[in-house]
Amino acid sequence: MRSITLLIKTTCIGLMLIPATIFSQENNFRNYTQELQGTDLKFDMIAIQGGEFMMGSPVTEAGRHEDEGPQHKVQISPFWMSKFEVTWDLYEPFVYKNQETRISKTALSQEVDALTRPTKPYVDMTWGMGKEGFPAIGMTQYSAIQFCKWLYTRTGEFYRLPTEAEWEYACRAGTAGPYSFGKSENINEYAWYKLNSDNKTHPVGSKKPNPWGLYDMHGNVTEWTIDQYVANLYSKRSTGLSKDPFIPTETLYPHSVRGGSYEDEVKDLRSASRRGSDPQWKVIDPQIPKSNWWLTGGTFVGIRLVRPLIKPSKEEIEAYFNIEPIPDF
Amino acid sequence: MNLYLISKNIPMNNKNNELNERRDFIKTSAILTGGALLSSIPLAGAYASGSDTIKIALIGCGSRGTGAAFQALSTKFNLKLVAMADAFPDKLEKSHKSLLAKFGAEKISVPEDKKFTGFDGYKSAMEDADVVLLCTPPGFRPVHFAEAVKQNKQIFMEKPVATDSPGIRSVLATAEEAKRKKLNVVVGLQRHYQKNYRELIKRVHQGELGDIISGQVYWNSGGVWVNPRQPNQTEMEYQMRNWYYFNWLCGDHIVEQHVHNIDVANWVKNKYPVSAYGAGGRFLRTGKDYGEIFDNHSIEFVYDDGTVISSQCRHFTGGANRVDESFQGTKGKIFLDSSNRGKIWDHKGKVLVNYEGKNDANPYQTEHDELFAAITANQYKFADAENAAKSTMTAIMGRYASYSGDVIKWDDALNSNINLMPDRLAWDALPKILPNFDGTYPHAIPGVTKVI
Repeated sequence: MRSITLLIKTTCIGLMLIPATIFSQENNFRNYTQELQGTDLKFDMIAIQGGEFMMGSPVTEAGRHEDEGPQHKVQISPFWMSKFEVTWDLYEPFVYKNQETRISKTALSQEVDALTRPTKPYVDMTWGMGKEGFPAIGMTQYSAIQFCKWLYTRTGEFYRLPTEAEWEYACRAGTAGPYSFGKSENINEYAWYKLNSDNKTHPVGSKKPNPWGLYDMHGNVTEWTIDQYVANLYSKRSTGLSKDPFIPTETLYPHSVRGGSYEDEVKDLRSASRRGSDPQWKVIDPQIPKSNWWLTGGTFVGIRLVRPLIKPSKEEIEAYFNIEPIPDF
Repeated sequence: MNLYLISKNIPMNNKNNELNERRDFIKTSAILTGGALLSSIPLAGAYASGSDTIKIALIGCGSRGTGAAFQALSTKFNLKLVAMADAFPDKLEKSHKSLLAKFGAEKISVPEDKKFTGFDGYKSAMEDADVVLLCTPPGFRPVHFAEAVKQNKQIFMEKPVATDSPGIRSVLATAEEAKRKKLNVVVGLQRHYQKNYRELIKRVHQGELGDIISGQVYWNSGGVWVNPRQPNQTEMEYQMRNWYYFNWLCGDHIVEQHVHNIDVANWVKNKYPVSAYGAGGRFLRTGKDYGEIFDNHSIEFVYDDGTVISSQCRHFTGGANRVDESFQGTKGKIFLDSSNRGKIWDHKGKVLVNYEGKNDANPYQTEHDELFAAITANQYKFADAENAAKSTMTAIMGRYASYSGDVIKWDDALNSNINLMPDRLAWDALPKILPNFDGTYPHAIPGVTKVI
């Protein structure tokens, strides 16, 4: 356990180190579409310029929780973020190798063939809410990270989960209020949430995007971040400038998810709103040990991808991915 | 980097062990009604004899059996696990390790000589227990259930309860014996212990939808685990390790998995179908790792009043999934699924009931909460075995229909003498189903295969 923790911590520290010179990469820093060679699968990535923002919410913000303060200044290095939440179209070929083989025009590489895949879920993890074009849901954070490894193995590019800070920076997209779309009255144009979702997920990108072109940052599914969730985190942060902050994993619960979901109230979709993962999300898993891969009750959790502008070394990337799941029962 | 600012004292979440609230007693087909419920009946089991600790034995220590033991030990009652049995020592040890880590040596009191492996260990493992948890692959259930009732044990057993007709007839006979002995029997058709199903089906039985005249039930998902053959395995060990794909152990997924939804149809109709007709096959999940079972079945079940319930189950990746049940009545329609949801509409589409049980109790826990509450109170309250046998039979009848291509009648299906179980259970014995020269297995061919 200890060695796993240390590995993760060391890895994450390594990943976040940003070289001083990034000129060559910045020349190519624009939106792009990532294709998965030999298949029809692809996804869009939006270039997010680096910058500074105020993380957290002011005490005056309606619906605010204590864990959103105090506000503090954070500096974020440039990265790409997926335009949409990851859909089942992309996630299912990772879960089922036979499905990946079936949709591939060429044989799977030895590396892809050898990857560790999720256990096949006994229940229907879409819960009948929809598959094609709908956000993938119910995966554990470990599973989400292994999905990124699958993408890395297929594409050679380093995809990972966002940090809480990157997520909030991208969600705000330069705005300082509770929502990137201004007043909560506008919500029906921008987000799926409790009162308009009919209690289910919806196809990604079926509402309007935020100012930086990212869809469904508010609502639809709440999105995994890298960070361990620490309620009183902000009060411990520097009053000066925090640069690319994040909290490495020490325990299986709680990890931070952001953005709220189709089953949340409007206030829980705010840019600053934070939530920790909970063992309750697995409570209806009838098996022991409980799955390392699936949240049988986590029908509202999904994935947003990030790719840092500066690619870490191969060793750092492999150390990030090659983690053991923390046992859960 | 500002990692140095982060406290090491990250709060742990400790909600996970909260006991579920005791559910109100709701009458369903799963629970005895009227005069059968007598709180003062002395129980046949050893529990009545003085000790306030209920001793349980786990028969079948896979991940589901281990889960069932976790749930039993997570009830508010004073339980102790005293014996375990599994065909495989490694499965038993893994299970024991998890249980010990979670509940400690006082509650997990299973010395080495109370760990029983091989095919016959179940008998000895039951001896010291008041309550037994029967969680092996379903092919063994008829024999284990019979032994448990013979030994006067209270019983939790997983679904399905058999894989062939002789097995069903055995379970039906044992169910009668269990009733005669007033032994509580809870079966893990956990929708019977889930509030949305209980509440909304109660409304159906009260006539809110009029007469139910049609329905659709589904388990369309991506399929389950597979354990490929390993070197040095005997044929028996291989089939036991990869049991999902062999009918004598599993019954095919229409039985092992889809029985849940078929059982809901029977529950809503409050009866069992008189015939089945349909189709099925092996389309995508072929190859030597996948034994003999089909990857899809599409069956129409006909009831004596002419009601047709259509049933689909498939193990396909890709495409749209659904695992749920819908029924249409003369006055309205209903939708149910296992994520604690349910909806009732009138025929104009107006929503009459929109049940959202987001925080409802976990039904896998509720079935143990209610069983052990009854046992602790010396009550005879649960006789789930007969319905479980008949719903399992319904699913087997569906398999007979897809395997044979014929119209299968209930009485013929129930009386079939085709026995799938091996003549002898031992690691060096041969199951009846054996591989072809290329390692694949023969499977049913509609129009050729005989099921009756």
